Amino acid sequence: MSQPPLSDQAASIYATNPPRDMPTRRGTELAMLGFAAFIVTCAFVLVQANQEQELSWSIVWYGLAYLGLFSVAHAAVRKWAAYADPLILPCVALLNGLGLVMIYRIDLANAEKATQASKDFTADAPKQVLFTALALALFLAVLILVKDHRTLTRYGYTAGLAGMVALALPALLPSSLSEVNGAKVWLKLPGFSIQPAEFSKILLMIFFASFLVAKRDLFMIAGRKVFGVELPRARDLGPLLIAAGVCLLVLVFEKDLGTSLLLFGIVLVMLYVATERAIWVVTGLSFFIVGCLIAYQLFTHVEQRVANWIDPLETYSDPGGGYQIAQGLFGLGTGGVGGTGLGAGRPEIVPESNTDFITAGLGEELGFVGLAAILMIYLLLATRGMRSALAVRDTFGKLLGCGLSFAIVMQVFVIVGGVTKLIPMTGITTPFLSYGGSSLLANYILVALLLRISDAARRPAQKPRPKQPQQQAPLAEAHTVMVQRPPAGGNPTGEPTA
Amino acid sequence: MNKPMRRVGIAMITMVVLLLVNITYIQVVKADDYRTDSRNQRVLLDQYSRQRGSIVSQYDGQVLADVVATNDKLKFERRYTDGPMYAPVTGYYSVRYGSGGLERAEDDILNGEDPRLFVRRLSDMVTGRDPRGGNVQLTINPAVQAALYNAMTSKGYTGAAVAMNPKTGEILGMVSTPSYDPNALASHDSTAQQEAWTQFADDPKEPMLNRAISQTYPPGSTFKLLVAAAELENGATADTPVSNAPNVQLPGTRTTLENYGGAACPGTTFKEALAHSCNVPFATFAGQLGADKLNQIAVNFGIGTPLSIPMNVAPSSLGEMDSQAALYQSGIGQRDVRLTPLQDLMLSATIANGGMAMKPQLIKKLLAPDLSDLETFSPQELTGTPALSAANAAVLRDMMIASEANTKGGGKRANIQIASKTGTAEHGTDPKSTPPHAWYTAFAPAADPQIAVAVIVESGGNRGLEATGGTVAAEIGRAAINAQLGGG
Repeated sequence: MSQPPLSDQAASIYATNPPRDMPTRRGTELAMLGFAAFIVTCAFVLVQANQEQELSWSIVWYGLAYLGLFSVAHAAVRKWAAYADPLILPCVALLNGLGLVMIYRIDLANAEKATQASKDFTADAPKQVLFTALALALFLAVLILVKDHRTLTRYGYTAGLAGMVALALPALLPSSLSEVNGAKVWLKLPGFSIQPAEFSKILLMIFFASFLVAKRDLFMIAGRKVFGVELPRARDLGPLLIAAGVCLLVLVFEKDLGTSLLLFGIVLVMLYVATERAIWVVTGLSFFIVGCLIAYQLFTHVEQRVANWIDPLETYSDPGGGYQIAQGLFGLGTGGVGGTGLGAGRPEIVPESNTDFITAGLGEELGFVGLAAILMIYLLLATRGMRSALAVRDTFGKLLGCGLSFAIVMQVFVIVGGVTKLIPMTGITTPFLSYGGSSLLANYILVALLLRISDAARRPAQKPRPKQPQQQAPLAEAHTVMVQRPPAGGNPTGEPTA
Repeated sequence: MNKPMRRVGIAMITMVVLLLVNITYIQVVKADDYRTDSRNQRVLLDQYSRQRGSIVSQYDGQVLADVVATNDKLKFERRYTDGPMYAPVTGYYSVRYGSGGLERAEDDILNGEDPRLFVRRLSDMVTGRDPRGGNVQLTINPAVQAALYNAMTSKGYTGAAVAMNPKTGEILGMVSTPSYDPNALASHDSTAQQEAWTQFADDPKEPMLNRAISQTYPPGSTFKLLVAAAELENGATADTPVSNAPNVQLPGTRTTLENYGGAACPGTTFKEALAHSCNVPFATFAGQLGADKLNQIAVNFGIGTPLSIPMNVAPSSLGEMDSQAALYQSGIGQRDVRLTPLQDLMLSATIANGGMAMKPQLIKKLLAPDLSDLETFSPQELTGTPALSAANAAVLRDMMIASEANTKGGGKRANIQIASKTGTAEHGTDPKSTPPHAWYTAFAPAADPQIAVAVIVESGGNRGLEATGGTVAAEIGRAAINAQLGGG
């Protein structure tokens, strides 16, 4: 043994990631966070100014809460993922902050409406701050508990099962425990409710990544040729197909088309990346189109959504018709290129303006310019994630990172595409912007995992050497070391037996 | 594995680019369509929450409509002074039901969107002052308006009355009864607004119909003014002899056309025929003149000329007049002759103005929010061609003075000389047993006309079948004349 023994962990990191000198870039992250805080503060001031309110203490409270939360997040990253990509957290902070401003702004409008109708009103913005705090706590927990993302492979099947159960639970539970506003996707617990699908999407991504990594070689080698295409054996693909199929079925029964579209896209992309065969995408899309046609025939709500998509103004006054989308489009149109200015539009006219349709509100008040900027932040966030996934050496990390990054864009595409009439409307949340606890919590977990992968991608194999060679203690002062006795009859190398 | 990942990366970029292209299409290309869609409440709410301009009278600056600040989202609520009295003039302005009448016709000025207000709006934006709408100053004389409205409503008449300055075309009063209260429609209480609208819209008496300009009626004998003008232009004089027969057989038919009450005409001259409103001579005149000559003169009285004051006025028409019988009947303002009360007013007003019809106008001035002038109305001739010569107008005026002398009804003042013509127009499917419309059109003082007025009381007012223009309508017209000329 000429080489100094490495610890198991260090050795594996060495294997996947040879040492490079990478700056941590934590200072950049802090500066960018400061920039995000500056933009969010300006946005807050604009809202209050345009609403003709005096600058109130609420700005200070929201501002302090925002700064406090993201300082903690930054400190946590500094400590537990020191080499993580410096742009991911600021992007999230900016999106989260803008979402908060918009929710606060819609609160103001709704509060006024409620006063006029002399009804009670509870503001959503303070709750969103609370959710952000909870989400960051979870973010911290993930960073601390998951020291190495590869440990997640051990829980692949567990995660898959948990994900499926979480997904199916609202469908199985009686409506009294699972239905809110007609959507049977909730889990109503005493005191609060969650949308388990938001979490299962991450659990399922972990499952798919670990499963695909384990079976990757089998997929690529063993199999039969059908029409010149190598198909993997059914028993290799089985669990994946079953899992994906069950997920989609459950979602179809819950009428949660957005999440099923999202999951389908993610599975397809992960399968494609794992097998490197475009044929999966083609097959998947064919199945998807067939599935869409069947769903269109079977479910009236799918038919309705498509009719609303084709011309929301036509179905404007039908029950379940295009009213909401049309109002969203009116808002976007009124905003135009430059927007009406934060606080000067009327985003509250659109139903669900602070959840599904928050981008319509942002588009109205910030205009095309602002909405485009927000989309670019998402793209930046996702591409930084993808970059980390490309840089990390282990296949699991690559696959998971790729899935997580794609999930961000896919969510944005499904919801923003729906709001702007690019694709039929399906209700999912806009990551980090929308009001809602589950979405925020789940997406912060997603980001924590992404930061973990990115940390692994950029972290040198060993701790950076001290700049100056350490003073060696004189041999005389060195303390004695106890040498472990090899086990009786064991192997002489001292290496653990498999 | 990196190659497919890079492709996924490209796919992500493509998805975002797709979104960007789509929002470009929506927020840049289609933006105006969406912004101006009638179902988009945003622009409307902005207008409604802007301080709308006032509608005022040129007399003492009396305010007919202005706004009061509210503490709700719309910020300002429209208020109308004497709402029902002025409703035909002001129109209404409602968040839910849009606007009508002058409120709609001058909406751009009142809500501040008029291009002439653009620079001011821009400076409002810079100085941070809330943009306001411009004001509209009307020609209405509140005294005349009140006299007409009170006279019409005190007896519960359904009908309309209009008065104008014959020399300028300035409308001094415009009343339509029964009326409605636009304040109820302007309410920010949406339930109250809705209830009021339903009540007005469902009322069989149609209170929201502006009868003065939007409804046409058979003018009856008041139409003889036009026939007389044509006859004078055709060479007749006041002393031209006419038949005093009690009736005349319509050419080509067995039907006869009678004088009022079937009596013989008390006189045998043209002048006396008008003064006593004998039907036979005028039916004969119309038959002799022919459709072309009647139509020719009608144009210069304003009939068939599209008119907006700035509210659109329903077109008046003489009808087909395709046979002698039709001409005979049209000659006394029956058959297919249909005039708006405003057009009927223009018959006497044109005569009062020496034969030249003036363009009726309700607006005196358009004012910027700071009360500086945007546009001042100046009197305009309607067609530029006189309907009849000044000399013939004077002859006709004298004939009308004689007619007034024969007209009953209250409100006569010794010190004001009125020239007038009454009308009692049959209508309906069974004219003989349907109470007739009572008409009165007049101007005063006859020597130097300051006001012309036309009144219609639908279906006999309170007199039923016995109603005549003189007994029912004349009093109302005289009330307006007295109000304008200071006779109280």
